Amino acid sequence: MKNITDLHAGESATIIGFSGEMELQSRLVEMGVIPGTKIRFIKDTPFNGPVEIKVRDYYLSIRKNDAQRILIKHD
Amino acid sequence: MTKQINEPYIALIGNPNSGKTAIFNALTGLNQKVSNYPGITVEQKLGNATLPNGSKIKILDLPGTYSLTPESIDERIVSDQIISWMENGNKPSAIVSVVDASNLSRNLYLTSQLLDLGIPVVVALNMMDRVKSNNNEIDDNALKNELEVADVIPMSASEKWGIEELKVAIGKAIENSNSENDTLPFAIDKEVESILHPLTDKFKSWGYSNRFSQAQALRIVTRKSVVSLYENIQHCTQEQCDELVAIRENIINQLDTTKHPHRTLEASLRYAWLDELITSRKIYKKSKERRITRSEKADSMFTHKWLGPVLFLGILYFIFQSIFTMASYPMDLIDALVGQFSDFVMEIMNPGMLRDIMVDGIIAGIGAIVIFLPQILILIFFLSLLEDTGYMARVAFMMDRFMTSIGMHGKSVLPLMSGYACAIPGVMATRTIDSWKERLITILVLPLTSCSARLPVYALMIGAFIPDITVFGFFKLQGLTMVIMYLLGTGTAFIIAIILSKFIDVKGQSSFLMELPPYRVPLIRSVMHQVYTRGKLFVLNAGKIIMAISIVLWFMATFPKVDNPQVDVNPIHTSYAGQVGHALEPIIEPLGFDWKIGIGLITSFAAREVVVSTLATIYNIEGGEEDIVSLTDAMKRDINPKTGKPQFTALVAISLMVFFVFAAQCMATFAIIRSETNSWKWPAFMIIYMSLLAYFASLLVYQGGQYLGFA
Repeated sequence: MKNITDLHAGESATIIGFSGEMELQSRLVEMGVIPGTKIRFIKDTPFNGPVEIKVRDYYLSIRKNDAQRILIKHD
Repeated sequence: MTKQINEPYIALIGNPNSGKTAIFNALTGLNQKVSNYPGITVEQKLGNATLPNGSKIKILDLPGTYSLTPESIDERIVSDQIISWMENGNKPSAIVSVVDASNLSRNLYLTSQLLDLGIPVVVALNMMDRVKSNNNEIDDNALKNELEVADVIPMSASEKWGIEELKVAIGKAIENSNSENDTLPFAIDKEVESILHPLTDKFKSWGYSNRFSQAQALRIVTRKSVVSLYENIQHCTQEQCDELVAIRENIINQLDTTKHPHRTLEASLRYAWLDELITSRKIYKKSKERRITRSEKADSMFTHKWLGPVLFLGILYFIFQSIFTMASYPMDLIDALVGQFSDFVMEIMNPGMLRDIMVDGIIAGIGAIVIFLPQILILIFFLSLLEDTGYMARVAFMMDRFMTSIGMHGKSVLPLMSGYACAIPGVMATRTIDSWKERLITILVLPLTSCSARLPVYALMIGAFIPDITVFGFFKLQGLTMVIMYLLGTGTAFIIAIILSKFIDVKGQSSFLMELPPYRVPLIRSVMHQVYTRGKLFVLNAGKIIMAISIVLWFMATFPKVDNPQVDVNPIHTSYAGQVGHALEPIIEPLGFDWKIGIGLITSFAAREVVVSTLATIYNIEGGEEDIVSLTDAMKRDINPKTGKPQFTALVAISLMVFFVFAAQCMATFAIIRSETNSWKWPAFMIIYMSLLAYFASLLVYQGGQYLGFA
């Protein structure tokens, strides 16, 4: 299954779930990163640094290893 | 942590960057710092407002949070506050739920949690200017009906409209606190409801309303940390709290076998409800055109993969360059004014002890510090500017990879940069770092970044002993030396962070989740206000400490008076201060320091900049009845009686600067670290490691320098 980091800059997708258990998940869903939500991949940073996504109406940065656990399907 | 307020008050609650502080300022007429960096209001603030009906009311501004379930310390203030309301009955008369209208659904999540408290809620639909400029529309009446809130007020705190309407709405909400609806606005699956039942019952047995009990049950299953909110309240005896944990464990096991995993339960329910009502009731009408926002365009440069970090370094270079070029004129002016003022005092006062204290002690001491005010103000100006535009959030994003590789966090950058002005606000700003280990490391290395109190020491030594020449073609040697001192402190902070990250064993996962707020034109009023308050604080604090130490030092250096002074020995040597300095000399002689510097090292334990005023005072007393002497000239003329050579050389100056780069000489920093880590262990550890570092680095510089033949 694909995750957020498989997207290219500017591509949109829909969140379908999370892989595995993670602490961060509680905060992510509170910020509206929940299955069914559309996201757009904005950019990544060098050396596997954090990535930036647009979700709902705001921009969010998240570490790459955490972003890999957010599963998506292409629109 | 929570404040008990015994008068009627209203509370402001909202997401980070929703403009809460701007609304607080507009309501109270106060001038709190507004920022464009998530979580910058790390403390609660209280102000007064007058409502249109003439009644006065207190306003409580709470730190920004995304949810009533806390993730970091600043957010915990809000959750603690709310539990205290429900427990002790000291509820606010109304809550103003501040919402960034351009980011509606995520902001309404918190609003939906506030609706369960049984307190009238007024929604301040802030930042409507952004919504309008994007040609979007919000139906505030429909929103009001759907949420069943007291009122929804479209407004823009930055464009200053809607404030009066908000005040009217607050007044009305307090007067007719509407009949509460005691059920949650969304339906919970029957299966889930029955699983949650034991928790809901537990909370009801504590006297909570049906709706709040259900909400609390949902919240407590998402994270274990919610249980800790109950630790200090009367219902939660050890037995009750243990029972709560046991019930919770049982429930999350049951939940995870259903289609409703416990971590996402509350959020899924609330967002499903909110998303449905926003779309089906046509509350948010988005224009069809999809544009690349201005912030996104700006970020294609500022957070560009490679260009972004280069620009950041360029901006840092520009700021430090400005500190020295822009400050020189006002510094000369202050120097001249202090000189004239002390001449004036010399003239109007009769010769004697009082005049000596005034001129040699207080004026010489304070004058030596105030001269650095322009540099400090320029630094604070630029830091506030960067924060206010929203750029610092981008810096955290770009630097996170590098910062984690040295044991810290992307959010450590802002505290470390604040540390260049002063360690104290820097240590406070670490509260936004949600992982304790990385926060602790940031706190412990932060005092190594050269704060503005070191600037007087560097500037004095460099101005007096580093030749004003150009090296390698275009570097000014004096400026280069200054840069090296800053780099030495910062570089060492990074190395110590790496070492600490290997040894500090604290459990807990680290994550980085940061909102990148839209860029905005900085509010000059807010930036200037910040410069003013921080500048005032510096002058007052430094002033108080220096005044006291100068007076004590003057006595210590003047008494005991010798009845029959030997002609060739200055009485200062036999004074109390002289005796202390001479006693210390054997320890610090290997670093190139004499007894006078020794006294300065002791007095500067209160605050670093005091060493400058101490030397000024000592040289002025030693100089006797003459006019006030320039500290630079006095140091250059000073001959070490043991060697017959000048006491101060470039090597001694460098050794002294290096000592000040590393030494932990600030009681205020010690105190803030004590309170932020809630232990004596960490501040004590900081003093020990920094003192050792300072002594041996200085020793290496001076002995190594002599070995290599630098006198």
